[in-house]
Amino acid sequence: MAEEVKLLKTWSSPFGLRAFWILKLKGVQFDFIDEDLSNKSPLLLQSNPVYKKVPVLIHNGKPISESLVILEYVDETWKQNPLLPEDPYERARARFWAKFGEDKVLVSIWNAFIKQGKEQEEAIGLAIETLKFLEEELKGKRFFGGEKIGLADLALGWLANLIGVFEEVIGVKLIEKERFPLLSAWMQEFAEAPVIKESWPPHEKLVTKFRAIREPYVAAAAQPK
Amino acid sequence: MADEVILLDFWASMFGIRVRIALAEKGIKYEYKEQDLFNKSPLLLQMNPVHKKIPVLIHNGKSVCESSIIVQYIDEVWKDKAPLLPYDPYQRAQARFWADFIDKKMYDTSRKTWATKGEEQEAAKKEFIEVLKTLGGELGDKPFFGGDNFGYVDLCLIPYYCWFYSYETFGKFSVEAECPKFIAWVTRCLQRETVAKALPDEKKVFEFVSVLREKIRVE
Repeated sequence: MAEEVKLLKTWSSPFGLRAFWILKLKGVQFDFIDEDLSNKSPLLLQSNPVYKKVPVLIHNGKPISESLVILEYVDETWKQNPLLPEDPYERARARFWAKFGEDKVLVSIWNAFIKQGKEQEEAIGLAIETLKFLEEELKGKRFFGGEKIGLADLALGWLANLIGVFEEVIGVKLIEKERFPLLSAWMQEFAEAPVIKESWPPHEKLVTKFRAIREPYVAAAAQPK
Repeated sequence: MADEVILLDFWASMFGIRVRIALAEKGIKYEYKEQDLFNKSPLLLQMNPVHKKIPVLIHNGKSVCESSIIVQYIDEVWKDKAPLLPYDPYQRAQARFWADFIDKKMYDTSRKTWATKGEEQEAAKKEFIEVLKTLGGELGDKPFFGGDNFGYVDLCLIPYYCWFYSYETFGKFSVEAECPKFIAWVTRCLQRETVAKALPDEKKVFEFVSVLREKIRVE
């Protein structure tokens, strides 16, 4: 039976990009649909009734949601070019850093992006503390996955292009080369890796989009209290 | 060489309970080390420098952190007995999805049912019941989330049950009244010795939550 693989994502979502990356890295044939989140398709609503969010992978009609869940599913279903190592301890470590990326890095960077004034200063401080753990983890490694790209690299990969976008919009450097030499080198190496480098959404379009997302937070902070 | 398995944990932690159930399901002998979360031990800080939290599993000197990751690790290492995750990749993905849903939704919402008051508490109660109803929808007519057998999702969720008495008492509501099917599932889980032994007494948890509420000055 022919495989039918469909990916629901958006042009800009870093979560959708993860799923896009793994399918490309594994050489899986798939179709994708860039959703308009202001007008969600019946297929999206039906495939992810719990969150109604992208990405959703639909494999032979069966939907899988949540990008990190999708990554593991794809890795287990298409065994070429494995993302997770065989050893259970190394697998646990990869999952740990992917989760750290989600729970701590993403949240702290987002706060640094949307908060204003003193709150932003504190948020930036917290983000830098979080990033230090990533810098430490990269010691002696080319990628979080070791010699080649692994689960944690795909989970953290959004840093490689979105950090630049956020920095441009808020006018603050979050990942300075002097402070984060390993992380900076990883971002560059990841960004230029085969498959990854062809996938980045257009930079200017992202800047415009995120500037617009930030606007209401700036406006709210400017209100007299 | 004999395995050395140590669990750093806190008696009332719903996350730690998950690991205790997983270890029991697999029949793994381990040393339990109760942690003082208000005065963290050097061992805990050394084994989980990033989060400084329990549970931490130390297997032959190497630490594994984050309860859902620990449970998957246990399932993969001791794979010849009592599988916790399904074999089929699609079913595994569904199990991971629902465990992630539980992690995203249960803790913060349930905490607010006892740690807040007034409108915030009312909103938290509503949301908490909605979360249980969504989970109930997923359970459907199956005996367990895992189907016929107790599995990963059941294990991730059931530890919250020993906190329900606290949520219901401070929040003034009844889970059984709102979600009777959910309580039926709880009863089935509690029939498993591994689960019944791992859950602490709900009245002890209530005493602990009462102390916490004082500490954070809810009233």
